[in-house]
Parts: sequence; structure tokens; C-alpha cells
Amino acid sequence: MDNLLSMITFIPAIAAVILALFLRGDDEAAQRNAKWLALIATAATFLVSLFLIAQFDASNPGFQFVEEREWLLGLKYKMGVDGISILFVMLTTFLMPLVIWSCWDVKVRVKEYMIAFLMLETLMLGVFCALDLVLFYLFFEAGLIPMFLIVGIWGGKERIYAAFKFFLYTFLGSVLMLVAMIAMYVDAGTTDIALLLKHQFGTESFSLLGMQVVGGMQTLLFLAFFASFAVKMPMWPVHTWLPDAHVQAPTAGSVVLAAILLKMGGYGFLRFSLPMFPVASDLLAPVVLWMSAIAIVYTSLVALAQQDMKKLIAYSSVAHMGYVTMGIFAANQQGIDGAIFQMISHGFISGALFLCVGVIYDRMHTREIDAYGGLVNRMPAYALIFMFFTMANVGLPGTSGFVGEFLTLMGVFQVNTWVAAVATTGVILSAAYALWLYRRVMLGDLIKESLKAITDMTPRERAIFAPLVVMTLLLGVYPALVTDIIGPSVAALVDHQSAAAEAFSATIQTAEGGH
Amino acid sequence: METILLFAPLIGSLICGFGWRVISEQGAMVVATGLLFLSAFLSWVVFLSFDGVTEQIQIMRWIESGTLATDWAIRLDRLTAIMLIVITTVSSLVHLYSFGYMAHDDHFREGESYRPRFFAYLSFFTFAMLMLVTADNLVQMFFGWEGVGVASYLLIGFYFRKESAGAASIKAFVVNRVGDFGFALGIFALFFLVDSINMDDVFAAAPELANTTITFLWGEWNAIEVICVLLFIGAMGKSAQLLLHTWLPDAMEGPTPVSALIHAATMVTAGVFLVCRMSPLMEFAPGATTFIVYLGATTAFFAATVGLVQNDIKRVIAYSTCSQLGYMFVAAGVGVYSAAMFHLLTHAFFKAMLFLGAGSVIHGMHHEQDMRNYGGLRKKLPYTFWAMMIGTLAITGVGIPLTHIGFAGFLSKDAIIESAWGAQTVAGTYGFWMLVIAACMTSFYSWRLMFLTFYGEARGDKHTHEHAHESPTVMLIPLGVLAVGAILAGMVWFKPFFGDTESVAKFYGIPVAGAEAHDESHADDSHAADDHSDDHAADGPAEDSHADESHAETAVASDDHSDDHAEEGGHGDGHHAAFGGQPGEGALFIGPENKVLDHAHEAPKWVKVSPFIAMLLGFLLAFQMYIRRPDLPAKLAENQKPLYDFLINKWYFDEIYDFLFVRPAQAIGKFLWKRGDGNVIDGGINGLAMGVIPFFTRLAGRAQSGYLFHYVFAMIIGIVVLVTWMSLSGGAH
Repeated sequence: MDNLLSMITFIPAIAAVILALFLRGDDEAAQRNAKWLALIATAATFLVSLFLIAQFDASNPGFQFVEEREWLLGLKYKMGVDGISILFVMLTTFLMPLVIWSCWDVKVRVKEYMIAFLMLETLMLGVFCALDLVLFYLFFEAGLIPMFLIVGIWGGKERIYAAFKFFLYTFLGSVLMLVAMIAMYVDAGTTDIALLLKHQFGTESFSLLGMQVVGGMQTLLFLAFFASFAVKMPMWPVHTWLPDAHVQAPTAGSVVLAAILLKMGGYGFLRFSLPMFPVASDLLAPVVLWMSAIAIVYTSLVALAQQDMKKLIAYSSVAHMGYVTMGIFAANQQGIDGAIFQMISHGFISGALFLCVGVIYDRMHTREIDAYGGLVNRMPAYALIFMFFTMANVGLPGTSGFVGEFLTLMGVFQVNTWVAAVATTGVILSAAYALWLYRRVMLGDLIKESLKAITDMTPRERAIFAPLVVMTLLLGVYPALVTDIIGPSVAALVDHQSAAAEAFSATIQTAEGGH
Repeated sequence: METILLFAPLIGSLICGFGWRVISEQGAMVVATGLLFLSAFLSWVVFLSFDGVTEQIQIMRWIESGTLATDWAIRLDRLTAIMLIVITTVSSLVHLYSFGYMAHDDHFREGESYRPRFFAYLSFFTFAMLMLVTADNLVQMFFGWEGVGVASYLLIGFYFRKESAGAASIKAFVVNRVGDFGFALGIFALFFLVDSINMDDVFAAAPELANTTITFLWGEWNAIEVICVLLFIGAMGKSAQLLLHTWLPDAMEGPTPVSALIHAATMVTAGVFLVCRMSPLMEFAPGATTFIVYLGATTAFFAATVGLVQNDIKRVIAYSTCSQLGYMFVAAGVGVYSAAMFHLLTHAFFKAMLFLGAGSVIHGMHHEQDMRNYGGLRKKLPYTFWAMMIGTLAITGVGIPLTHIGFAGFLSKDAIIESAWGAQTVAGTYGFWMLVIAACMTSFYSWRLMFLTFYGEARGDKHTHEHAHESPTVMLIPLGVLAVGAILAGMVWFKPFFGDTESVAKFYGIPVAGAEAHDESHADDSHAADDHSDDHAADGPAEDSHADESHAETAVASDDHSDDHAEEGGHGDGHHAAFGGQPGEGALFIGPENKVLDHAHEAPKWVKVSPFIAMLLGFLLAFQMYIRRPDLPAKLAENQKPLYDFLINKWYFDEIYDFLFVRPAQAIGKFLWKRGDGNVIDGGINGLAMGVIPFFTRLAGRAQSGYLFHYVFAMIIGIVVLVTWMSLSGGAH
């Protein structure tokens, strides 16, 4: 199959089009059909993606399953995956059927809801598969539209504020990225990512507005991309849109946002920043490392103070993304392996945690921590699941949460022990906020009158969690499933980046020696 | 067989936790307990048939990344074997005991199935603990390390309706994580310097690390000192040493069998095990080990003082545990790891028994834990009384001075005190005096516990006393078995743990190099050392040249040392044998300069007798205060109010920590949220937004969907600009 990637990417879109064109009415039968079609389409996408992973040659660090076609206006349609991107594709296809299944009880504008998620899946997959700059930009930016709709239409009370914030942050980042992309095209004469990866962008220092720009063009391009990806991650201090967006988003929206959308930032760093601007990455790495370390401690402390379950988990997400950026910019094998692992693992764990909140939100329609207490009395199965993912979230060895944290910290220790030590305090703080949340919601006697009739998880809810539990455990016990696939590509990336950075510092030294 | 004994508890835990609906509560509990007894039986087989040669069993790949390669694997040597029997023996007995203790519990309502959950947690704990001690690399150890932490968290919070239990469980986990923070950094540092975290590689690199410096935080440090201190911070957390001890007394919120298993016999000794396991590193880190001695000795003293005044029977024993762990660290710190392990072993028996005995009293007294409400229970609980008596005799160290006849604690505790003296350093001397004073206090609080509980008049609720009853047989059997251990363990295992160098070396599989060095010439010895490094290279063809190099260096180093030894031998110290071998050979590594064991054996008589005298003093004092003049304690507490308050409030550690860490963390969190995120970041961006947004709104006109429209609009403009640019410049190549 030559066009496997296109198939995977566009199956959900086709289903969305079918829904939009052919499904009429808003009665119960129509709603059911919409949900079933969406579920079948996402499940089919997952099944087809299994062929992808099965045929993927992990020992080859280059792009595979490449498709290249002429497109309109002289643009190119080029898709392909390598060890860095394929697991994000798999993560997306794996999670989407669960996401669709989790909104089985939605009653408002079901058809549109399903269309939004299906389009979202196509666009997210496109981001991870695109090998052309324009195509990437298209997917990357368009992916936010369905997310806006999901927050804005199916969201909570203050959805407009959240959407506004979301828009503002992302917009600023993408304008800069767009300018940088144009500059890249001008410089390299191509928008083909595979070719851009081989192109060396200028590193000669020049002065701009009276300031000396070390690393020259690379630094400027890096900063422009950084603006976009840092918002998407999100990194401190541009993270404040995320807690609001999460709180307002419906459960399924939160799951997609935390589990997949955030990873686009990390993926961007790995696909563009590190390999295309290696010198700038090297120069600015200390700044990024410190921002990450601050993010971990800062957001963990903020999480301690939260009264809203979703907000707490959102802040916890920011902290966990701090490990990711830290690992990426440690720029060694352990750091980057750990960062990718952390992103995949966070997809399962944070997704599951937002689903956990959804379970009790569906029953009580509040996210206030104080409204709960003693749920373990009536919801033992839920207590077990929630405990499991709480422990995974605090990075317990044996769950996937540990491997990512451990590897990124190990990676950064080799670069900067201060950052490593500060970031490692995150393991203490995460235990504090996560267990405290658990205690306030789950433990104690059940005294609140309103909770007396709460029911345990339904079989459907259990079935949604089961695959997530399996993956979290499996990756925790046998992480080679991931590291075998990403290893060669990451090794190539690390070699490429460090060689470029070393060459640059050598030229600097000779230049200095010349004086 | 090792794999079976390792995984049997996990399987038991899973069957019990998930399968009890199918095979009934009772069935599930029997399965879990049965599998643990199987595990215990196999452990004893392994222990008794162990020949001293380290064995490694690979199970599965684990974390791999670049040069980092870790497996799930079992490392079986003497240290592991000792821990295996301690863990599985105590654990299986505690399982059995729990049949009786957990049969009825007022914390749960009628018809609630809490017992399978309890047994599942216990078995899971055992599995995690076994993983910890069988680990062949530091990450797997960390897995067990955190695994036992989780099990401990779950079991402390087992009475989930109790607010105090919830708080205590979080405290235990978070304080342990502070220790884990150090442990993790230690692992990172090791990987950074050694490029591996497998035990063999780490041990082999030890001599090289001693000559390496590392830039860590604000300074340049000797690498091995940094690593050892970091690892020890992990040990401090798990073993409740001073500064990180505050969780252990609170952990008594858990059911008593848990206290016996986790917070007395096994988990809390993990720190001691870690230090012993890392003996090849510790031997090259004099600074770190000195720190260990000071901290251990101070903990032993501190915890004993607090134990003097506690009224909750379990808290007395908890502080006692904390104190005894300090003893073990002193022994490990001065370099007599075998004595530390000795006390770990005997302590496991008698402390588990004391806890189970206390549990039996609590059970008989309808969950009353305050000793002020006990008294005169000797008649009502005769078997428990005798068990507790044996435990007390063991912990206080009763035996015949200057012989090797006595209760378990007599031999092991005296071994530690003599070792501290034998260190012949300032730290060692400090340790010696602290431990002797602590021994006096140990005796006092142990006898105080006995007198308050079993002697005198019945105090407190009459009704409870009238219904006080002896525990069922299923609870008494474990007490009996442990009693045998508490009496005999010291005498049976004295020689291999604290006998002469040869027997200790043989037990741990350590080569004895000294005898040859003494007899043969210098040249021969260095030749032997060379041979040795050759052997090593031949053993591990997979080892890279780096490892070979370090081996070669060690060989040279040991050559120098044996030279020293030959000179020392010339002085005629009478002991020809000395520990030898390379770091990582045998279960322990004892450096060539480390003669503490010999010096300890040569300790003068007054040193050897001093703990016994301290013990007698403590006993007499307790007898005076609680049997002859029961009015005395209250008066004393009144007269010495500041001191009493200081002790009863545990030196105010909880209050200080609350003030220094807990409250500030919450306050800072709130501040960063409201001010940092709220005012500064959002404030700034909203300000910016007010300028930007209206501009786009005007451009976009009055669109219904507001911001979404702006966004799509912006994106389309972007694409158009990009495409236009590219078309103008000739299209994509």
C-alpha cells in the first residue's frame, strides 16, 4: 500500500464528510448513527494504523511510507513518518476511538460534535505525517478550529473567555512561525521538510536593532518557531491558557487536548527546532532548560493550591510537559528518548485522569474538589482506577510515567546538575498534590448528602479505561516497545545536532583565536 | 526457584485482590498466605544452600536508551539471601497473624469486604520488597524502593474513613519521596560517571570514582562522596533517620500487622540494606560514611529520648524502631556491614514480635492503644505476656557479658557498639557513647512498656479490662515462631556475622587476601592481583575496554594496599587474615585498610560490658518508677515540664516542618497562582490583547462565531501570503 499514511489520515475526514452530507435529523436514531459511524471510522483508522506499525522498519532512521504528489498552486503534498513521528500517529489513532466512546452520553448537537472530533483526528494525524512545510502549517493551524468549536460550543460557562485566551496565545505564535517559514523558503528554496533537514541555515552573527544576534538567522528562526511551539506545549510562562481551556472544555475535548494536541509542540521541537536550527538550539538550550525546571516547580506549587479538579490536573500536565522540553533540550539520547516517552505516556495517563474527572462530573456536574469526599465508599472500582492513574501520574516505577521522567532527568543531569536537581523536586511536589487531591475526593467517610446515591462506573466506562491501564502498565514494564522504535531516529537526531553545534563552536573558537 | 519465590507474592496479591469474588474471601486469603509460605520455604532453601557465589538471573529487558541498558534481573548473593529469609519469614507469619487480627474490625461496616484488600496489599508489599533486595541494577532497586513506598501508603491509609490515617499515609509517601529525590540524583550521577547503573559495573568503577571529581550544584566534589551522600539521603527517607523520620510514628495509623511487617522488620531496613549493598562505594567514601555514623548515632539517641515518654504502645515501639535503625547505620557507617546486617536480622525477629505482641494486646483490649489505660494484663494475656517478655529481653540485650550467650539483641547490639568503638575515630567514639546511652534508654522504655501494660493495677475503662481476652491461636503461633528467633538468632548466627574475619568472609563470599599477603613476598602478591584482574577480564568477554582498564587500576591499587598491609602485619597485630578481593566480589566489599572488625574484637572489657551495664541501669530505673513508686513519673513530668514537653512533642519536628515547608508551599502555590498566573501573565497578555483584538474585529466584521472566525481568517491570510510568495518566486522545487 503506497498511500497508507493518506488512508490513515483521511478516513476520519471522509467519515466526517459523510456525516455532514448524508445524516439528517436530530432525533435519537440519528444521534446513535452519528456516534456509531464516528466510532467505526476511528476504530478503522486504528486498525489500519496497525499495518503501519507492523511494517515500520525501526532500524531505519529515515522517513518511511513517503508519499509525494503535486498539489495545487505548485505546492507539494508530501507525507511520511520516521521513528520520531510514528508513535504520535499511533497514539492518536489509539486514543480517538476511546474518546468517541467516552462521549456516548452527549445529547447536544451530536452530529456536529462527532464531525468536530473526526476532523480533529485527521488534522492531528496530518501534523505528524506532513513532510512539507506548507502542509504542516495547514494541519497545524487548522487543527485548532475543531478544538475551538469543541470548547466554544460544548464547553462550560466561561467558554468564551477560554476560547479567547486560547486564540490569542496561539495566534501570536503562529504569526511568527509563518514569517519564519517564509524566511526558510527564501533561504533554502524548498518547503520539503526532508530537504530542509539537510539544509544549513546561516549562523553568522549580525546586528539587529543595535543588538548582536549570536547564531544569526538560525537564532531568529528558532525563536519564531519557539514562540509557536512553546505556547502549544505549553511552557511556562505562556501556559495560562491551558488550565482555562481544560476547565471549560467538555471531557472528551480535555482528553484530546491533553493527550494529543499538547504533543504537537514537543513534536515541533523535535522535527524543526533541534535538527533545523541545531546551533541556535545549542545556544538557547540553557534558557529553555531553566524555563522547564521553573515550569515543573512553579506549576506543581500552583497545583497544590487548586480547588478545581480539572485545573489541578491541567497544571500537573504543564509540569509534566516541563520534563518533555527539558529532555528535548538536554539534547542527548536519554533526554530525547525520555521526552518522547513522556509524551506518549502522558497521552495515556493525562487522558485517563481527565476521563476520571469526567466520570464524576457526569454524575455530580461539578468539578469542585470540596463537593466530593469519601467516594471510595460507593465507588470502589473507580477508586482503584483513579488510584492507579494517580500513581502513574506521580511517576511510580512500573508505570509508564516513571520511564519518561527518569530518562529526561537522567539526560539533563549530564548537561546541568542544577536544572536536574530543581526539576527532581517535582517528584516530591507531584506526590503531594496528586495524593492530596485523591484524599480529598476519594477518602474519608461519605457524609455529603448529595453523594449518597452516587453509582460506581458503568461497564462502558470500565471498558474505556481498560486499554489505558494496559498501555500504562505495559510501557512501564516493557518500555522497549517504545525505545526500540524511537532509538535509531533519536540517535541520528542527536548526532546531527551535536555535530552542528560542535562545528559552530569550533568556528567561534578559530574566529576568536584569529583576533 | 528464585523466580518463583520472587513472583509468588505478586501472583498471590493479584489472585487475592481481584479474584476474591470468585474464590470467596477466605479462599483468597488462604491462597495469598499459602503462596507466601511457599516463598518463605524457598527462601530458606536458597539461604541454606547458598554457596557464596553471586548469581545473576535475567528475566526481561527494561529501560534502554543509548548506552543505558537495564534489565529486570535477579542478583542473588549473601546479602540478598539474608533479606529473603527476613522478608518472607516475617511476611508469611504476619499473613497468618492477620487472619486473627483482621477478622473483625470496627473501622469497617457490617458486610464490607476489607480483608482480601488487606491481604492483597500485604502480598504486593512483599513482592515489591523482594524486588528491592534482588535488584541487579539501581533502577530496579528504585522500582522496589518506590513500590514498597506505595504499599506502605496504601496500608497506612487502610482505614480510609479515618482522617488521621489519610494524613499519615500522604506524609509517609511524600517524606519518602524526599529521600527518593536524593536516591534518584545518586543514580543519575552514577550513570553520568560510570555510564551504567548495573551493580557490577558500578562496583568495578568504585576505585576510579574515588579519584574523580564531579561538578554538582555549586561546587566541585569528590564523585564518590557525592554519590554516597545522595544514596544515603534515599536511605534516610526509607529508614526514618533523623530529619526524614517524621513519617514513621504517624505510620502507626495503619493496622498493627502492617506496623510489624513494614514499619519494623522489612521496609524500614531497606536503607540499611542499601548502604550495605553499596559497600564497595561506601568503602571509598570516608566523608559520607562519617556522616552516616553521626546521623545514625544521633537518630538512635534522639528516637530513644522521645520513646521514653510516649503513651501510645505502638508509638513507643515505633520510636524504638527508629532508634534501632540508627544503630544499624552506625555499624554500616564504621564499615562493619556484617554487624549492621546482623542487627537487621535479629531486630526483624524481635521487633516484629513486639509489634505483633502489641497487636495482640490491642486486639484483646478492643483497640485501646493508650498504655495509661492498660495495667495488670499479665494474667489475662499470658501467652502474649511471655512473648512480649522475650521480645523485651531481646531488644534490651540480655545475656551473659563477655560470652556469646544471650538473647538475639544482646549479641547483635553489642556487636554494633563494639564496632563503633573499634572504628577508633572521633565519629566512632561519638557513636559509641550515643549508642551506650541509647541502650540505657532502650531498656528503660521497653521495661516501662512492660510494666505499664502487664503489671500493676488495671487502669482505664473497667468494662474493657473485664472483657480483655487472649488472642486466638492463629495469632499466637507467629508469636511463638518469632520468639524462637528472638532467643536463638543471635547465638546461631554470631560467627558468620560477627565472628573472626575468616568466617565472616566465608559467609559473604569475600576472598581472604590477608593471609597470603602476610606470608608471601610482595612480588608474589602483586602477581596474584594481576592474575585476578585477568580472571575478571576472562569472565566477562562482553566487558568493554573501559571496564578492563578500571580493573587493571584496581589491581594496582590493591597491590599498594596489600603492601600497606604487609607492613602492618609486621607490627604483629595477631590477626593474619584480612578481607580482600575487588569491589563487587562477594556480597560485601571491605577495604584493605578497614580493620574495624578486628579492633572491635580487641575492645577492652569495659567497652564490651558497658551496654550491659547501661541496660541494667535502664531496667532498674524503670522498675523504680513504674513498680515501686508509680507516682514518680507524673511528678517528674511536672517538675521537668519544659523537658517533658520537648520530648512528648518529639523535639517539635512536626511543628518546625509544618512552619518551614508545608505552609510555605501552600502559600507560595496560592501566590503564584493568583499573582503570577493571574496578575502578571494574564494581566500582561490581556493588556496586549486589548490593543490587538479590536483591530482584527474590525477587519473581520461582525462574525457570529467571534474568535473562531478571527482565527480562520488569520490562518487563511497566512496561507495566502505563503502561497503568493512562493508562486512569485517560482514555486516549490
